[in-house]
Amino acid sequence: MILMKDIHKKYENGVTALQGVNVQIDQGEFVYIVGPSGAGKSTFVKLIYREEKATSGTIIINNTNLSELKEKDVPYLRRNVGVIFQDFKLLPKLTVYENVAYALEVIGEYPKVIRTKVMDVLELVGLKNKARFIPDELSGGEQQRVSIARAIVNQPKIVIADEPTGNLDPETSWGIMRTFEEINSRGTTIIMATHSQEIVNTIKKRVIAIEGGRIVRDQDRGEYGYEI
Amino acid sequence: MKFRNIKRHLREGFKNVFRNGWMSVASIAAVTVTLILVGAFLALMLNLNQMAENIEEDVEISVHIDRTADDAQIKVLGKQIEQIDQVDTVVFSSKEDELKNLIKSMGEEGKSWELFEQDNPLSHAFIVRAKHPNETETVASKIETFDSVDEVIYGKDVVKRLFEFNKYARTIGVVLIIGLVFTAIFLISNTIKLTIMARSREIGIMKLVGAANGFIRWPFFIEGMLLGVFGSLLPIAVIIGGYYYIDTNLSHQITFSFVELLPFNPFAWQLSLLIISIGAFIGIWGSVMSVRKFLRV
Repeated sequence: MILMKDIHKKYENGVTALQGVNVQIDQGEFVYIVGPSGAGKSTFVKLIYREEKATSGTIIINNTNLSELKEKDVPYLRRNVGVIFQDFKLLPKLTVYENVAYALEVIGEYPKVIRTKVMDVLELVGLKNKARFIPDELSGGEQQRVSIARAIVNQPKIVIADEPTGNLDPETSWGIMRTFEEINSRGTTIIMATHSQEIVNTIKKRVIAIEGGRIVRDQDRGEYGYEI
Repeated sequence: MKFRNIKRHLREGFKNVFRNGWMSVASIAAVTVTLILVGAFLALMLNLNQMAENIEEDVEISVHIDRTADDAQIKVLGKQIEQIDQVDTVVFSSKEDELKNLIKSMGEEGKSWELFEQDNPLSHAFIVRAKHPNETETVASKIETFDSVDEVIYGKDVVKRLFEFNKYARTIGVVLIIGLVFTAIFLISNTIKLTIMARSREIGIMKLVGAANGFIRWPFFIEGMLLGVFGSLLPIAVIIGGYYYIDTNLSHQITFSFVELLPFNPFAWQLSLLIISIGAFIGIWGSVMSVRKFLRV
């Protein structure tokens, strides 16, 4: 469960990204975060896996209060929150297989288990035959799918996706959405920041709209609600 | 740490050396160049030091006994000298032995001294060695106070100057080696820092995926060590080869008694071990210090 109470975030350069955000997201929900560029969507999701710290307010993720979280415990939080980054953030010198395996190696998983799990998840995202490629040899969509595979391979409770379809062609985007629905149906919370009106309006889920650092709309099975 | 993690870190460390291709080559080259310098200099300094020690060991005191002393008095004197704390060995040398040594040391010209065998003008002597060469002066001045002593000879000025020279030479040598090693550390850790700086983004990604600092650091630790060790292989080969060549071909052409190289075995192996340790240390230092900077994500 994700709980935010009166969250404010002001960056060191003076930019205020969030002001007074209150929200509760239950385990197993699928939530779109929408809003104009610079509204605070990215900051909102970054708070959840502690890439950014809130200036004030309380964030509780899976019963852990992030404002009391010690620096050395941050890695343990991140192991329970799979993140799919807009720019993929793949390790450029590692193969597809090694990139995905990394998320399991950090938790000290047995090599045998790693092999099985990685191959399973690569099958799920349709990259089993490209396991030995390095990221540079893949298309954008394929790299995005590697990023997804890495985020979900250790079955985290929460998966966060920051514009996962931003750089992809429509067909690949739908494929990725099917993957998300699939892992969501297994009880994983999905939080997805997006600009895609088509996706939000087609696959209806809870929509949280952020504008000027505030939540301006929060509705179940909502619409995208912005003109393109 | 779990055993499977140790294995994993070792494997990743090895792989990283190859993954980083030219960056690794640059680091290894930097280690190689500096360690050849350090190694050659170390070999030189350690040998000079050994030579200085050889000279010092050769310092002995010659105690000429009063010609009027009888056997009993000579015995007493011998006992007295032996009882001085700083004395290591006392050897009696009769005046006949003394003459023989003298004749021998004169070489061809010594022949004419053989006439003296009929009427030996020399006196009996004790040849005394101090436990520590630099205690020679103290021992000599104590012996001078004993009865039945005619003269105490030990090359006062030479010994003094020799010790002073050696002291300076050693200090300068140590300072130079330390300076050289520090320069090497600086150079190499900078090169390694560059290769890691290029990977600061990767370190950030590792942290975002949930890797703890130790988990990120260990492969870099291994990688740095390997760069240092690989970089020390060529210097070791060069120095062992060079030392072997000098030891077998040149050393017997030099005839001064004190110029004697440290024996190839075990010196060459000790030096190799030292070089490889310096290499490994520098590599580890360079990489661990650089990674530390990027771990704060």
